[in-house]
Amino acid sequence: MAELTGTGEPTRATLEALTAARVLGAPVAVVLGVPGAAAGAAAELARFGAGRVLVGESAELDAALAGPRVDVLARLVADRAPAAVVVPASAEGREVAARLAVRTGSGFLTDVVGFAADGSATQLAFGGTTVVRARVTTGTPVHAWRAASLTPVPAPVDPVVEQVPVELSVTAREARVVRRVAGPAAGRPALTEASVVVAVGRGVTTAAELAAVEELADALGAAIGATRAAVDAGSCPPSCLVGQSGARVSPRLYVAVGISGAAQHWSGVRAAQTVVAVNSDPDAPVFALADFGVVGDVATVVPALTAQITAARA
Amino acid sequence: MHSVVLVKQVPDPTGDRRLDRGDATVARDDADAVVGPLDLHALEAALTLREAGGGTVTALTVGPPRAAGALRQALATGADQAVHVVDSALHGACAPQTSAVLAAALRRVGFDLVLCGAASSDGRLGVMAALLGERLGVPHLSGLRALAVTGTTVTGERQTEDGWWELAAELPAVVSTHVLPDPPRRRTVAGIRAAQHRSVTTLTLADLGIDPATVGLAAATSRVVTADAGPARTPGRTGDPAELVRFLADRALV
Ligand SMILES: Cc1cc2nc3c(=O)[nH]c(=O)nc-3n(C[C@H](O)[C@H](O)[C@H](O)COP(=O)(O)OP(=O)(O)OC[C@H]3O[C@@H](n4cnc5c(N)ncnc54)[C@H](O)[C@@H]3O)c2cc1C
Ligand SMILES: Cc1cc2nc3c(=O)[nH]c(=O)nc-3n(C[C@H](O)[C@H](O)[C@H](O)COP(=O)(O)OP(=O)(O)OC[C@H]3O[C@@H](n4cnc5c(N)ncnc54)[C@H](O)[C@@H]3O)c2cc1C
Repeated sequence: MAELTGTGEPTRATLEALTAARVLGAPVAVVLGVPGAAAGAAAELARFGAGRVLVGESAELDAALAGPRVDVLARLVADRAPAAVVVPASAEGREVAARLAVRTGSGFLTDVVGFAADGSATQLAFGGTTVVRARVTTGTPVHAWRAASLTPVPAPVDPVVEQVPVELSVTAREARVVRRVAGPAAGRPALTEASVVVAVGRGVTTAAELAAVEELADALGAAIGATRAAVDAGSCPPSCLVGQSGARVSPRLYVAVGISGAAQHWSGVRAAQTVVAVNSDPDAPVFALADFGVVGDVATVVPALTAQITAARA
Repeated sequence: MHSVVLVKQVPDPTGDRRLDRGDATVARDDADAVVGPLDLHALEAALTLREAGGGTVTALTVGPPRAAGALRQALATGADQAVHVVDSALHGACAPQTSAVLAAALRRVGFDLVLCGAASSDGRLGVMAALLGERLGVPHLSGLRALAVTGTTVTGERQTEDGWWELAAELPAVVSTHVLPDPPRRRTVAGIRAAQHRSVTTLTLADLGIDPATVGLAAATSRVVTADAGPARTPGRTGDPAELVRFLADRALV
């Protein structure tokens, strides 16, 4: 099941899932969208190994939630008996996986980060502190793929593009999107998909410090995350919240700026591969959690870091 | 309106969590148990709806005997009644099985609106609303940061990565709540006293007409093959910005 970005490209998680799923067999990509929004993704999906791309377009999808995707996938499971169904483990992807598993009488696994040829999957549990190998033992396995778990590898094929009908069932119509309100436009990657996250804590206070952090994020191509304290202080919108009550991130690099390292925040950070921290308090708990720490004031360390990174690249 | 709030007793999320060595289920005995933090938001939403429009709030849990503590907490916070599905056969249930048991209990107690947390703090699957919607044949809305009921429609807002969506569904429905604007109310002394007079209804799988052989570890739809501690983090080192950038460059991170 492909997911598309706002500009109609397959998301990184989609390309990761295609890359990983090749070990299970030749992947078929399913892409749904409003008319004109889905077909364009076929070429990119084929570049990452989807030999067959099933395209479903309907104007009704604009207001739809998970329902229609579940309907289409359930029909495909019945008609084509795939070895497994893989969906990105986004908020919507999880809903699709859950409903599909119940409808097809199957088991499902979430936060999958790898497959083996025997059909078993590797999951990260407890925010990455436990690695689990698990297997679905009932029905057609449904897997929700955790973003930023591997680097997508192209495997170009000539795709067969097929249209699939999209009809909204009664239940699919009963839950709907009334309107979509754009937040502050961010030219930055989505938090849960980003391979680099720069996160802001209560230690970042002034507008100048915030601007410096944004420059650092842009130098690294990073998404911006935040602690609850930073959100409460109004430094960042709630959509940036990382932690127990916010997003769980799994970037290759997490930069914690002015963050103490509270357990509720860290439960969203555990799956980060490398963590670095900037904090003025040498005894801040975050230094015990980070791979590399800089003890110093945000106001001086962050601009210096941005300058060094820009210089290292020149 | 009858709202049913799903509360799950979880190990204290501020502590370390791990899987039991023996059968790869959550090691629960050594962890302090609390009601899931987002479940408290779901309960708060149900109590607020009751204040505005009347009705009944039921707390429901599926879990071992000690999970009754979660129901006591819900009653002391303001729930009218509580239902506990407890059966030794449930140990090690997978999510589809748990949803089947919850759905059977929900059919039994009846509901207009089911509310649960967007994700528990132990399993963190974030799927229960969708599973129950499918089992019960009703719509679901998940991850709401605000919600309201007007007539027979539940509306809510879901935060997305580039803004937010306004969502709506017809009752009966299942919704899951993220952090809502108001902090969840706490137990009061009066509430704790009043709760002592309210009983917890206990149901077994047999009461719900579920064959114990179809749930639990042996019949789970998925199975853990191996569970290992994740890669340990080497104790961090410190340095100046230039050293940090070299550290990042060595790891191909800049
Ligand atoms: C039920 C519950 C759920 C929660 N969920 C979340 C959640 O999902 N996400 C979350 O983040 N939190 C959550 N919290 C809150 C969490 O417990 C912490 O309070 C929060 O993470 C602290 O944020 P912080 O690190 O930014 O602030 P603080 O703990 O105040 O740390 C600020 C740090 O900045 C440093 N500092 C100050 N000035 C400077 C400077 N000039 N330069 C450099 N460093 C400086 C300080 O030394 C300090 O270490 C939750 C709490 C509860 C009870
Ligand atoms: C680390 C780990 C990984 C797991 N992975 C999988 C997996 O990949 N596939 C699978 O099928 N199972 C899995 N399980 C088992 C699964 O977590 C449980 O079966 C559980 O019943 C549902 O998961 P959850 O708490 O994560 O649900 P969530 O969807 O995160 O729960 C959301 C909300 O639903 C309500 N709720 C959930 N369970 C109950 C309950 N028992 N009683 C009352 N309310 C409840 C609460 O309000 C909760 O906040 C896993 C468990 C663990 C610990």
